[in-house]
Amino acid sequence: MSKVNEITVNVDEFLALDKYEIDEENAHIELVEDADAEEFLKLVRVCPAALYKIDEAGVTSFDYAGCLECGTCRIACGGTIVKKWDNPRPTMGVEYRFG
Amino acid sequence: MPETDFDVIVVGSGCAGAVAAYTAATAGKSVLVVERGSCAGAKNMTGGRIYSHALKKVFPDFESEAPLERKITHERIALMDASSQMAIDFTSSELAEEGKDSYAVLRVAFDGWLASKAEDAGAEYIWGIAVEELVKDGSGKVIGVRADDDEITSQVVILAEGANPLLSERCLGNPRPKASQMAVGIKQIFELPESVIEDRFLCPKGEGAAMLFVGDCTHGNVGGGFLYTNRESISLGLVASVSTAADGANPTPVYQMLEDFKSHPAVAPIIKGAKLVEHSGHMVPEGGYDMIPKYVFDGCVIVGETAGLCMNMGYQVRGMDFAVASAQMAAEAVVGAIDAGDVSEEGLKAYRDAMEASFVIKDLSTFRTWPRTMENWSSMFTDYPVMVKEMGNALFSVGGAPQARLVKRMMPIVKKRGLFKLAKEMRGALKSL
Repeated sequence: MSKVNEITVNVDEFLALDKYEIDEENAHIELVEDADAEEFLKLVRVCPAALYKIDEAGVTSFDYAGCLECGTCRIACGGTIVKKWDNPRPTMGVEYRFG
Repeated sequence: MPETDFDVIVVGSGCAGAVAAYTAATAGKSVLVVERGSCAGAKNMTGGRIYSHALKKVFPDFESEAPLERKITHERIALMDASSQMAIDFTSSELAEEGKDSYAVLRVAFDGWLASKAEDAGAEYIWGIAVEELVKDGSGKVIGVRADDDEITSQVVILAEGANPLLSERCLGNPRPKASQMAVGIKQIFELPESVIEDRFLCPKGEGAAMLFVGDCTHGNVGGGFLYTNRESISLGLVASVSTAADGANPTPVYQMLEDFKSHPAVAPIIKGAKLVEHSGHMVPEGGYDMIPKYVFDGCVIVGETAGLCMNMGYQVRGMDFAVASAQMAAEAVVGAIDAGDVSEEGLKAYRDAMEASFVIKDLSTFRTWPRTMENWSSMFTDYPVMVKEMGNALFSVGGAPQARLVKRMMPIVKKRGLFKLAKEMRGALKSL
């Protein structure tokens, strides 16, 4: 398996500065079950919000809350493990204050 | 022509969408804009700087009313390895000349102003709802949009949905951009007092700098860092090609790259003491001419980033001027087609003709081979910054030992890389630039 270097930055702290209207009931991004590990690692590398995580034991996790709605994961893995990518439902999602 | 709810529906209110709405509404058409953000710019992000020439054609007095952050009068390009930086700083009165000037902007304020211009011209707005589908008739002609289970009809739909082209793919059959054609952008905004920014960048009041960085900022991956001075903040970030950043050969996630970039000895002092206020992400179409999809359809035209209209030359990054210009050309063609009673692909072809005769398609076509040249020029991102560091050290460093002549200090640095190889790479790059 390919390597991801140690991550020293906590992006969640940065996301806490952003304004969101989180849609608790509806995930606008869904992955396939048993996602291929190499494909998942691609998303660990490219998601600017660091929503795709892998811990030391190799356990993967993904949370759509905090999404910046850039679509990078769809372009990187839309043909493989990203099963669904829709815009969040009305008035939901990130709301930039500067942009 | 069939009865419709509006003459024109515009999907998205970024630079392209708002300008299209303004242009069509000013020509007397009934216009509806459907924007998925709860306010203008809520979903938008730029590096960013706009070259003003196209905006000036739409709004001749934009300087006095648009929320511009700073006029960019300093252009800086920096080559960095992990511990060094070689930067050039260019300033001239021409950079500030009307029609050639450029401005740092923040999109929430800037897009808010653009939307207000469209609204003042008579365009109606629906905020906070994403269009889910382009509605077509039996022949495949686009006749409206579906949003939140409502169908709204129009003579023509202008699609300005941005860099992530969901509707263009799903409803118009355009191909999904490839990972090699798209870059991921990540940016943070740091607040600093106005005078501190002017002091740190050696700029007069109201003016500012644009910086592009190559090398260690992306840990040698295809891409680069950027910095723009706003009035009371600094936009700092980087872009990296989605394909190379995702690749197993790259061990550093983009957010870690940004964090490392921020602590680089040449960058950390710029943001010292600044308050981080926003973290953002956005894609950038960087495939150039070869990624431009079909953009004229029966009852529909595509503008701005959705049409792949962006150009990253390494020393110059453009997108918003293409968005504004394409939107104006599209809206003019749409108005003409509605007046002529033919909104078919053939009836809307004036848009494509105008685009092909304009700087938009001409520039993208001239630099058509550049995206691939850059993608395959890995030494630009890895070894050149190191070579430049070695040259800088050979030139400037004095330790008291007897020095060889300059050429003797420089030649080994070049020779160990192969003079012929370097010359060939340079020639190849110059050819596509």
